[in-house]
Amino acid sequence: MILLDRVSKTYSKSGKPSLDRISLHVEPKEFVIVVGQSGAGKTTLMRLLTREEKQTSGKIIVGGIDYDKLKDKEIPILRRKIGVVFQDFKLLPDKNVFENIAFALEIVGVSNSEIRNTVPKVLDIVNLTGKESNMPLELSGGERQRVAIARAIVRQPKILIADEPTGNLDPKHAWDVIKILEKINRYGTTVLLTTHNQEIVNKLKRRVVTVKEGKIVSDRAHASYKI
Amino acid sequence: MSGKRKLITFWRVIRNGAVNFIRNISLAIAAMAIMVVTLTIVLFSWIVNSTFTHTINQITGKIDISVYLNDNVNQAQTGKLLKEIKSLSNVASVQYLSKSQVLAQYEQQNASNKQLIEAVSETNNPLPATIIIKPINLNDLESIKNFLDQPKITGLESAPTSYSGQEKEAIDRITHATNVLREIGFIAVIVFAIVSVLIIFNTIQMAIFNRRDEIHIMRLLGAGTAYIRGPFIVESIIYGVLAALISILIINSAFQASSGTLQASSLGLLDINYANTFFTNHFLTLLTAQVGIGMVIGAVSSFIATRRYLKFKIR
Repeated sequence: MILLDRVSKTYSKSGKPSLDRISLHVEPKEFVIVVGQSGAGKTTLMRLLTREEKQTSGKIIVGGIDYDKLKDKEIPILRRKIGVVFQDFKLLPDKNVFENIAFALEIVGVSNSEIRNTVPKVLDIVNLTGKESNMPLELSGGERQRVAIARAIVRQPKILIADEPTGNLDPKHAWDVIKILEKINRYGTTVLLTTHNQEIVNKLKRRVVTVKEGKIVSDRAHASYKI
Repeated sequence: MSGKRKLITFWRVIRNGAVNFIRNISLAIAAMAIMVVTLTIVLFSWIVNSTFTHTINQITGKIDISVYLNDNVNQAQTGKLLKEIKSLSNVASVQYLSKSQVLAQYEQQNASNKQLIEAVSETNNPLPATIIIKPINLNDLESIKNFLDQPKITGLESAPTSYSGQEKEAIDRITHATNVLREIGFIAVIVFAIVSVLIIFNTIQMAIFNRRDEIHIMRLLGAGTAYIRGPFIVESIIYGVLAALISILIINSAFQASSGTLQASSLGLLDINYANTFFTNHFLTLLTAQVGIGMVIGAVSSFIATRRYLKFKIR
């Protein structure tokens, strides 16, 4: 599903690489946690996968798409196949919950009737039924992040990338969000989660990839996390 | 994307453009104001230009050369003379008026002045038979003049040939003035069109800046280039269409206002009545052209602005 082969990313010509020859293979339907301290390269990795950045060297293949052969105008097509959740939610403040989720469908030309059909279903998955007409500012952080997850999965992507989704949340809300990610994974979506929350990692008991100074220092199944 | 999805996306782009236009109204007003000025100048120049052309054609049509024959010239001589004049290269038409025709015309033209008519009818028709020559090119009367100045022809005349020479000078002045005005109009149109493009360009740049978060999110969610860019172009096309309609309204109300006060008086060369008729008769053409120009100015400037400020390439 996700294949990285000796991928490096250097931002400035002389500087230290943010990612240094990283190789990673994620199977379909897997739930993988990427851990590491701030600046370790987790976010760079995510940005490479969503093609916000281009790798300096190495090969990236996601869902059968080879990033070397990807033209700029094909990037939207790639992004439609990947669901992404961000630490800062990235919701549109002047749209309500329903509209924020519908937005992801609107931009790909889904009809209004299909949107009215689909959105309630994902709202149910993220346990937000009844909050359709609330504005993002009226919601708690955890609820906002669940709206963002709903928006990420509404197009039924094969892969969900969640970059520090619990970073801005208190432990209770953080755990709500993680439980929803697990639920989505059970439905068959590959989940790639980055976090530096030790408690979540230890509770989840999933495959853990540890990144340190741009390198993968460990990759273990059902691992716990120690810094 | 399937045909249906493309259609849905197309409508959404237009709808988003309209929504953005309303959200962006304070910026839009400045952009539209300058566009209204531009389009009003375009429209005004157009109408003034065609009115001047009309006036010149009218005066030009009145210019002719009159040859006054003396009463001794017989029919054979007249026939020969007419034939010779017709064969000249710069002659558009030749008309012969007999003494009685000239008299009839004179009486008709001065029907209101009884004294003049009485003075003429008391004597035995003093008016000469006249040959009226209309030239093709007003600037080349020499060939006709040379022909008429021959002694064998001046001998047949009762009075010197009339060339409407002063009218010719007047026409030259009008033509010159019109050309100058045309140039001024053209330059004004170009200058204001450029200013409009720059201001719309700026407006769209501001709009892109105001919506940068939304645009970023759209990108991350996989919105295509056309879906992000389209609404900005639609928005500035709306500026153009509205500005065109406003400029038409301005000119229309200017005519309405002037019709009451200026109808009777003539504004020198600018024949208000003709201008008004021209505006009314060509209303649809003018409207279409204005809307078209407005749309093009809007589309071009936002096309450039979005190309420049919505960076579609990644690093």
